[in-house]
Amino acid sequence: MDTLLTTAFMTAFIAGTIAATLPLLLAGLGEQMSEKAGVLNLGLEGMMLVGAFAGFAVALESGSFTLGFLAGIAGGMAVAALMVLACVVLPLNQIVIGIGITLGMQGATSLAHHVMYSESYPRLPRQPEFAVPLLSEIPVLGASLFTQNPVVWLSFALVAVMAWLYRATNIGLNLSAAGEKPAALDLAGVGITLTRSAAVLTTGALAGLAGAYMANIGAGLFVPFMTNGAGFMAIVLAMLARGRPGWVLGGALLVGVATSLTTALQVAGLNIPTDLVQMLPFIMIMIVLTIFGRRAGLPAALGHPYLRGAR
Amino acid sequence: MRARSRDALRALAPIILALLLGGVILAALGRDPILFYTRVLNRTVFNASGLQEVAVLMAPLLLIAASLIVCFRAGLWNLGTDGQFLLAAVFVSAYGPALVVALPYWVAICALMLLAAGVAAAWAALPALLRAWHGVNEIISTLMMSFLAFSLSAFLVKTYFGDPENTVPQTLVLPVEDRLPRIAESLVHVGVVFAVLAVLVVHLVMTRTAFGLRLRIVGHNPRAAEHVGLHVPRLTLAVFGISAALAGLGGAIEILGVRGVVRADWHPGFGLLVVPLVFLARFHGVAVIGFVAFFAVLTIGGESAARRADLPNHFLLVMMAMILGILALVDHLAARAKERG
Repeated sequence: MDTLLTTAFMTAFIAGTIAATLPLLLAGLGEQMSEKAGVLNLGLEGMMLVGAFAGFAVALESGSFTLGFLAGIAGGMAVAALMVLACVVLPLNQIVIGIGITLGMQGATSLAHHVMYSESYPRLPRQPEFAVPLLSEIPVLGASLFTQNPVVWLSFALVAVMAWLYRATNIGLNLSAAGEKPAALDLAGVGITLTRSAAVLTTGALAGLAGAYMANIGAGLFVPFMTNGAGFMAIVLAMLARGRPGWVLGGALLVGVATSLTTALQVAGLNIPTDLVQMLPFIMIMIVLTIFGRRAGLPAALGHPYLRGAR
Repeated sequence: MRARSRDALRALAPIILALLLGGVILAALGRDPILFYTRVLNRTVFNASGLQEVAVLMAPLLLIAASLIVCFRAGLWNLGTDGQFLLAAVFVSAYGPALVVALPYWVAICALMLLAAGVAAAWAALPALLRAWHGVNEIISTLMMSFLAFSLSAFLVKTYFGDPENTVPQTLVLPVEDRLPRIAESLVHVGVVFAVLAVLVVHLVMTRTAFGLRLRIVGHNPRAAEHVGLHVPRLTLAVFGISAALAGLGGAIEILGVRGVVRADWHPGFGLLVVPLVFLARFHGVAVIGFVAFFAVLTIGGESAARRADLPNHFLLVMMAMILGILALVDHLAARAKERG
């Protein structure tokens, strides 16, 4: 067991966990909001990819990570605007449009990558980090746990903000109403189109940020298809969380730990087949579903466009 | 008859518009769109071996389409066909080489097909039971089982089912002479015929039999179905079983007909690509053959045309996405026109 507690092992393990957790957390929180408002957003993966590409391209050109993150947010929102147009303004099928957006953006980003970077394969330099004073000086774990990119701190703070938003504000109530009984919200004089559009655009912003984090901090470069199913994982986490941001965090950490356990155990010299370790998060999710899954608790109007006057 | 030609127009309009838009994008990238499309056709439709490759690629896609038609018509979203397909393929390629030696050829093939269907159905059992008993959303559970299947398949191929003689992690190879017989010296194997028949049978069962009617009632309105005395949980289990089994057969056909081996890193991800085609065909079994053929032409022809135009072949994904978007729009406009009479 000694090998498991060395600094090298813990540093690799914590860094890997955060790198795997953060995109899932951000995208999952985003998806949760649009699901709450009644829009099943299967285009999440596409939004993350565009965020990753835009974030990487701008960070590379400008040399500024902040601008890169902003570009990632903008890219995700631009794709989300397509979703808004098709599935909120127009009542088109959310599953078809969602899959379409994911496929299309996979193609578009790999095309753009081919045109711009396929010969040079540029990389970004290491990014600035922010060390929490005092805590980061704790021996052994302090440095790896409390020295992170500011986006990491913002994301964890976002969990609390979202929880407060849903529990204690009118905005949260409106979002739930748009997902549970849009007609009631409409009667109360709040626009469904406005509420759902805002929710989907927020999803796009968070997914774009998640993608930009993956490209700029996690990998330091953009590779076509680099999200590799993370968007779909995030959708599942959001569905399982039943509207609670804290659960998205828990789920994302669970997956993050299992993902980085693979690499960290190899660093520690233990040889457990990586394929089996990769199954852990999914097995855990299936167990959670089996035990707690009775009536999944998804919003009643999830996936249904709202048409005033329609029955 | 007029209604039918209007349906055909509604189905073809998205494709034509998307091809036009794709042409605009190609032109914007400085490529000649007409040359691109000509190359796609020359590589496939106007080329005997290209045409055969298209047919061969269609076989697994058609079985997945049949799988999706069954569950979508019954209102169940089995998005786990990729995992069911892959796991079945892994078992078939693990036991295939031994079985074809031990048993008479066609007995072995039938046993392998049954094995594939059984493995895939077993993999869908947990989501099916959760859905039938507790109403657990099947989109989550089938996607999760799919991810699980990718890892489990890789693990099995690297360990128990692996070929110890080979440095690359892969199963034993089914010898070429033991693969499904080919039709008239062409590349096309009998699995293609089987796949086409499977889609047609599924279509007839869903539209022309009492069983199919029951499933469609469940799909339209589960509460009404319970009201007329249908046992919804039992039908849910049946739908998942049939749907997964068909996806598993797709995996078996791909191994027995073409590949003969599974490498640890192989997962083709056909399922998610076929979902839009099934929507495009509006869950219609005959129409879906046309769309799958179109997709296969675009995949095989597009790959070579994209390479020659120095584009990544993922360009085709953009085209698929545009087809889907326009399809959904045309659908909506047509429905609104109908409402207004």
